[in-house]
Amino acid sequence: MATLPTKEIDTIHEFGPHRSAMIRGKTTEEPERLVKTHCCFCGQQCGIQLKVRNNSVIGLEPWEDFPFNRGMLCPKGVKRYLQGSHPDRLKTALARDPSAPGGFRSIPYAEAIEKVASEIKRIQEKYGNGSVGVLGGASLTTEKAYLLGKFARVCLKTPFIDYNGRLCMVSAGAGNKKSFGIDRPTSPWSDLLGTEIIWIAGSNIAECSPITTNYIWQAREQGAKVIIQDPRITPAARTCDLYLPIKPGRDAALFAGVLNLMIEHGWIDREFIAEHTVGFERVEEYCRTWPLARTAEVTGVPERSLREAAELWGTAKTSFFLHARGIEHHSNGVDNVFGTINLVLASGRIGKPKSGYGTIVGQANGQGGREHGQKCDQLPGCRDIFNPEHRKYVASVWGIDEKDMPGPGVDAYEMFRRIEKGEIKALLAMCFNPVVSLPDNTYVARALDMLELFVPIDFFLTETGRHANYVLPGSLHEEDEGTVTQVEGRVIKINRAVDCPGDARRDWLIIGDLAKALGRPKGFTFQSPREIFEELRIASKGGVADYSGITYEKIEENMGVFWPCYSHDPKTGEPIDHPGTPRLFERGSYNPVAKGNGPFYFPDGKARFNVGEYRTPVDDANPDFPYYLTTGRVVSHYLSGTQTRRIGPLVKQYPEPRIEMHPKLAEKLGIADGDWTVCETIRSAITLKAQVVTTIRPDTIFIPYHWPGEKSANRLTVASQDPISRIPQYKVCACRVRKADGPPAYAAVLEPQQ
Amino acid sequence: MAVPGYLEFFIDPSRCIGCQSCVQACSECDTHHGESMIHIEYADRAASTQTVPVVCMHCEQPTCAEVCPADAIKRTADGVVQSARKPRCIACGNCVLACPFGVPELFENQQIMMKCDMCYDRSSVGKKPMCATVCPSQALFFGTRQEILAIRPQSMPTNRFQFGNQTITTRVNVMAPRTKARPPLLDVTAAMDERPKNRTIRLKVVGQGELDPFAEVEI
Repeated sequence: MATLPTKEIDTIHEFGPHRSAMIRGKTTEEPERLVKTHCCFCGQQCGIQLKVRNNSVIGLEPWEDFPFNRGMLCPKGVKRYLQGSHPDRLKTALARDPSAPGGFRSIPYAEAIEKVASEIKRIQEKYGNGSVGVLGGASLTTEKAYLLGKFARVCLKTPFIDYNGRLCMVSAGAGNKKSFGIDRPTSPWSDLLGTEIIWIAGSNIAECSPITTNYIWQAREQGAKVIIQDPRITPAARTCDLYLPIKPGRDAALFAGVLNLMIEHGWIDREFIAEHTVGFERVEEYCRTWPLARTAEVTGVPERSLREAAELWGTAKTSFFLHARGIEHHSNGVDNVFGTINLVLASGRIGKPKSGYGTIVGQANGQGGREHGQKCDQLPGCRDIFNPEHRKYVASVWGIDEKDMPGPGVDAYEMFRRIEKGEIKALLAMCFNPVVSLPDNTYVARALDMLELFVPIDFFLTETGRHANYVLPGSLHEEDEGTVTQVEGRVIKINRAVDCPGDARRDWLIIGDLAKALGRPKGFTFQSPREIFEELRIASKGGVADYSGITYEKIEENMGVFWPCYSHDPKTGEPIDHPGTPRLFERGSYNPVAKGNGPFYFPDGKARFNVGEYRTPVDDANPDFPYYLTTGRVVSHYLSGTQTRRIGPLVKQYPEPRIEMHPKLAEKLGIADGDWTVCETIRSAITLKAQVVTTIRPDTIFIPYHWPGEKSANRLTVASQDPISRIPQYKVCACRVRKADGPPAYAAVLEPQQ
Repeated sequence: MAVPGYLEFFIDPSRCIGCQSCVQACSECDTHHGESMIHIEYADRAASTQTVPVVCMHCEQPTCAEVCPADAIKRTADGVVQSARKPRCIACGNCVLACPFGVPELFENQQIMMKCDMCYDRSSVGKKPMCATVCPSQALFFGTRQEILAIRPQSMPTNRFQFGNQTITTRVNVMAPRTKARPPLLDVTAAMDERPKNRTIRLKVVGQGELDPFAEVEI
């Protein structure tokens, strides 16, 4: 394939992103019914009710009974309903056709399935099974994530499947697994209320997980102190008790330095460490290399604040540690996670009421989407694809020989490198927009154009979809049902409100149709998401992420069920009506890995201390590129913006990205607020307007990443990855900044959201 | 139908995170044609992320109504100051100029003033107003005084405000810190120095002398 089928601007005119109406018709129009479901944006998964009339979502009504958010919503949740009945909605399959308007023409769905299947067959016969890759997403329901993993391995027989959680949760997941033996926040958020100290590292709670804000504020009303570690004074940091203005990429040093102070002052729980952990000695030794002066120098945080952090955290009786992508999006992201866990384990404050630890999930199903097999090295139930016993069990559920189960694949970014090398020739993608979301994304776009076949399954034509040969019209969130697992580890149910329009189909049916057309329908003939979930319960049984005791009914009755939830008592093997596990690691608790030896999920029941090593970031600031670029979200947009850049009121709230910088830096560079400004890294340059604010470090600039093309922060970011989790280092790279000569060419051509 | 007297509105700007969820939710109401009646502004974005959400304060003696030449603004017996009555409003903008809180807004294309009516369609049938329902920081809270006193021990409601010689009492309360609040963080560089620097000014909380008349409020 050459390149885009037509001029990109023509594709934009035809397929968007266009903005929806500001509101849907008359908002007093009575709905026929209210459908209880959850918001599709972010891992908080707020309960919400959609107003439905004439097979169309016409508005929202808060769902005040759902315990996590009790009616509270962020602006995305309020306006999410405007994504349905959108003018850009794909209602038919598309085939690349340079002569058609926008470069794609509609074709009948059955024809598209036949064409895609015959192309896959041709490519696999010519180059082998592993020449086809699959990309999934963590906004899919757990049923779809599970099915996609099975489809890649059983039907396509390829090891190459990975997902966009690779850009999101993998550092936390790896860190949790290596420290606790299980990958899940330890406690429900209700444990935040009544705790003495909350440390939030690298999480802009107010914009990325707004509902958590009320938990933090309420905890503070009840006496909690709040520490926030961030290069920016985020809205939640504005009134925090201790703000740690960390230099981007220095988090592991800060954690080691603070733990060192705690050790020096005896503010650690030696008894807990001896009884419930292993590996503290090595961590202690490493922390000794981080005396106060060195820590302050490396992190950019003054000694007084490090001392205060150590004292606040060290002397508390109850505490909660929260972190997110700010510390995880690094080439030592897993080390940063170890650093936070070491602070928690050394304090001994885990597995108790009012004391916990958790990573704040970014994507809608960031938790469930990483547990059941669309990750390249994982099988359902958080099982390990390297483990012969795990392989054997899952193969038996899937009705295949263990020998026919492909081995581990590679991470999502590495798949693009394999495409460039010519090893992967065809790619199926669902719920992933890598041309916006992956770092150094012009490389990603070039790689896509080297494929012989690219087929996204999606509801809008994304920026990535513009490179497609065929597009299969999938389902919007409100057009399908299934489960997701939210930030606390609570499994909840997404309910169907409307039917797919036109030829669009529910995604799991499309997978079934493809399997049938490929001549391998066995195991893909599901009639409903419930059937898939029933199989997933069995496939996850006995794994660490055990869903075997969860049913759709149990979820509805209890407004969610926390996994692990067993169908059979792990101790006795007897059938059991298990209530789920809201809080992990309680003393005396039984889990099937430790078998009574202790509360953690290792055979000896003990948690692991792992050295959280500081390494200078790849592409660190240098004389040619003297500033740090960091990236993140704004409150009105979600991920690559495929949905939120199409919702009129959300676009209006934050239309275009800006370069946030401190007045000291702006003055030095001769830039005023609102000036067109060029940000350049060794990879690329983009021109955006400046926003001059005192709420960011003077050596750091911030650009939100939700936009494509010449507005895309990810043109600039570096594709360096953590060696364990393979997460990209989005949160720091070297850049330089200058005032632009004038407005960029795109300013006169593109609407803000395009 | 009326809003029960025991249900009150409480605003706490120190909790506000500027997410505009209230604005987006307010615009869902058809009684004001998809326009939001909430004002949420940055105090000074160049210097702080502080935002201030303003709903109608529902004054006991509404200045907007007093200055209305067309008698278009009515306060119902439950203390809610209703939006302009369409047949009467002449879109003169007197209320917009007179309101000490800057609440009413003139919609010239529709030739009417519209303002927050505490979601009368919801609050008069026992529901919370839309903004206070969705607000993820609960900077906007709707409930009983007992509830707010129980869950917000760090602050106290006040509903008397002084504008020059005019003392205004409102149905809506603002939460003011009970004790000296920690100075808000304004500039990252202050947190980077070994010796901290901060600036705050003090606002007097009217008529609550027995508590802390000089509670610090961020500007």
